Amino acid sequence: MTKPLSAPLDVGFDYTRSLGPTLGRFLTDLRRRKVTGIRGSDGRVHVPPLEYDPVTAERLSEFVEVASTGVVRGWSWIPEPLEGQPLDRPFAWALIQLDGADTTLLHAVDAGSPDRMATGARVRVRWRAERVGAITDIECFELSDEPADDPVDADEVTMVTTPVHLHYTHSASPTEDPFLRGLMEGRLIAQRCPACSKVYFPPRPACPTDGVPTTDQIELSDRGTVTTFCVVNVPFLGQRIPPPYVSAYVLLDGADIPFLHLLLGVAPEDVRMGMRVEAVWKPRQEWGPTMQNIDHFRPSGEPDAPFDSYSQHL
Amino acid sequence: MRDIAVVGFAQTPCVRETDGTTNGVEMLVPIFHEVLGSLGLTKSDIGFWCSGSSDYLAGRAFSFVSAVDAIGAFPPIMESHVEMDAAWALYEAWVKLLCGEVDTALVYGFGKSSAGQLRRVMAMQLDPYVVTPLWPDSVGLAGIQARMGIEAGLWDEEAMASVAARSRAAAVSNPMAQLSGSLEIPDLLATPYVADPLRRHDCAPITDGAATIVLAAGDRARELCERPAWITGFEHRVDSPSFGARDLLTSPSTVAAGKAAGAEGIEVAELHAPFSHQEILLRQALGLGDDVVVNPSGGVLAGNPMFAAGLARIGEAARRVHDGSASKVLGHATSGPLLQQNLVCVMEGRE
Repeated sequence: MTKPLSAPLDVGFDYTRSLGPTLGRFLTDLRRRKVTGIRGSDGRVHVPPLEYDPVTAERLSEFVEVASTGVVRGWSWIPEPLEGQPLDRPFAWALIQLDGADTTLLHAVDAGSPDRMATGARVRVRWRAERVGAITDIECFELSDEPADDPVDADEVTMVTTPVHLHYTHSASPTEDPFLRGLMEGRLIAQRCPACSKVYFPPRPACPTDGVPTTDQIELSDRGTVTTFCVVNVPFLGQRIPPPYVSAYVLLDGADIPFLHLLLGVAPEDVRMGMRVEAVWKPRQEWGPTMQNIDHFRPSGEPDAPFDSYSQHL
Repeated sequence: MRDIAVVGFAQTPCVRETDGTTNGVEMLVPIFHEVLGSLGLTKSDIGFWCSGSSDYLAGRAFSFVSAVDAIGAFPPIMESHVEMDAAWALYEAWVKLLCGEVDTALVYGFGKSSAGQLRRVMAMQLDPYVVTPLWPDSVGLAGIQARMGIEAGLWDEEAMASVAARSRAAAVSNPMAQLSGSLEIPDLLATPYVADPLRRHDCAPITDGAATIVLAAGDRARELCERPAWITGFEHRVDSPSFGARDLLTSPSTVAAGKAAGAEGIEVAELHAPFSHQEILLRQALGLGDDVVVNPSGGVLAGNPMFAAGLARIGEAARRVHDGSASKVLGHATSGPLLQQNLVCVMEGRE
């Protein structure tokens, strides 16, 4: 068997979070080129500050300003930095105990070479020029005995936005693969469960009723029945058609599971359960391994299907 | 309290990359078939299903819901999921059995790490305000801990390489292992660093795989299994997510979980140590002496299916009770950065 179709899948989202009084103070101060910790129940000064003591769970509130200079307490060397990391040239990850703090902060040290890194080395913050109130306002640390840049004024921050971008290779299942390859040729390939004989379109990796892979492949026509539908009246981001329009569940003839598609060529108020419909395909040169090859469904003009013919598929 | 035992275990081969989907169905169908078949059960005999997996690993939402297709969940089943290693799903199932709600449970975990870039995906489990935005990679973080231990005199690069060599050698007898063979320590120490002081052999490989365990209570366990692995202690503890505030040279949560679970007189221990130095650290935290056989399967340095590897440790340990080669065993699982959260399951055979 050939390897199932696969494609790059890039997932991205800007996580936007409110900060609250503790992290809000910490990130506001970073924006002001200051580092602030918090005193724990045992008197230790935590940097970054914690909202609750890690041992007693007591709410913490006594902020303590610490220095922008400190000591490396542990480190590793990253010869090939990954996307999103503080530096795009080889650097050290380090746990840094800032002067005045009792715990360590994780950040990058721009040391140039692992030969220059050492536990106990003195470092200072390299402040980013454009600061927004984020841990990345510290561009990185650098090896130095000298003080860091002096504090400046800046507005308070209450929110932080963290963009997350991850990259995957998405693989189709062995049963989705012939379905997708069929679509490229304008064919609708379903799978039948060998145990219960239900026909799945689109196919599933295993029959959800029996838990066995579907092995029997069958081809369906592009005609079917509307089992249920809704009229979309609400505008949303990325909408391709001005509302109102109809999203309908279409049960292809011979299939046991309906799928959602667009229904055009009929006024929303005239759509009904049991309406017979047919696929309207995009021009062949636009076809790919996607259900979007079917632009929409439209009424076929046949008499409505009797309720009993689709009542088990709602 | 009811007596509850591990009665069945199955796992897929650990491989670098599968052709299957990230929802695990292709990996799960065969091992469900295997574990249920070996016990003479069908899906309708299972009272509760519980799984562990991660959408960040899968790169899609609700991948665990798609995975339920592998069960054939009709008529409807009682089912739950944790976004953690499935060892914690086993804990949930154990509690369900303890409550007397059901007599049997099937637990499974799956992960297709090859779909994404694991070192980056793992940054998603860190503090989202002050750590994740730096995109610390799991190997780089572990390297800091390894160096701190070296400089504190707890282990050295040779001791770390010895752990890796012993794991690969043990894995020769494990047909499910991804990496196995005979390695010479001087050769290992001559290889380049991945994240100084970690070399490739110090890091668990990137693995696709899945594992499943069947639990049963009391007489049901005795019916199903000649020599059930009775759970005599099952505990999990967590340390602060602020790893800069933790003592990284020990694992307080492992110490506490081991003590509470009664980790004494252990003959065989399967430890979930994704980095070689962490096996040394865990042995110390659990007080396992030189007479304890550690990771006879090769452990996760020989194959590390994310979200299934901790469950598989418990399954591998239970197998030593099932086959009569041990009478008191320990399975350990970890979650979170730098051994933040730890679970210990102690099991015994009874004559």
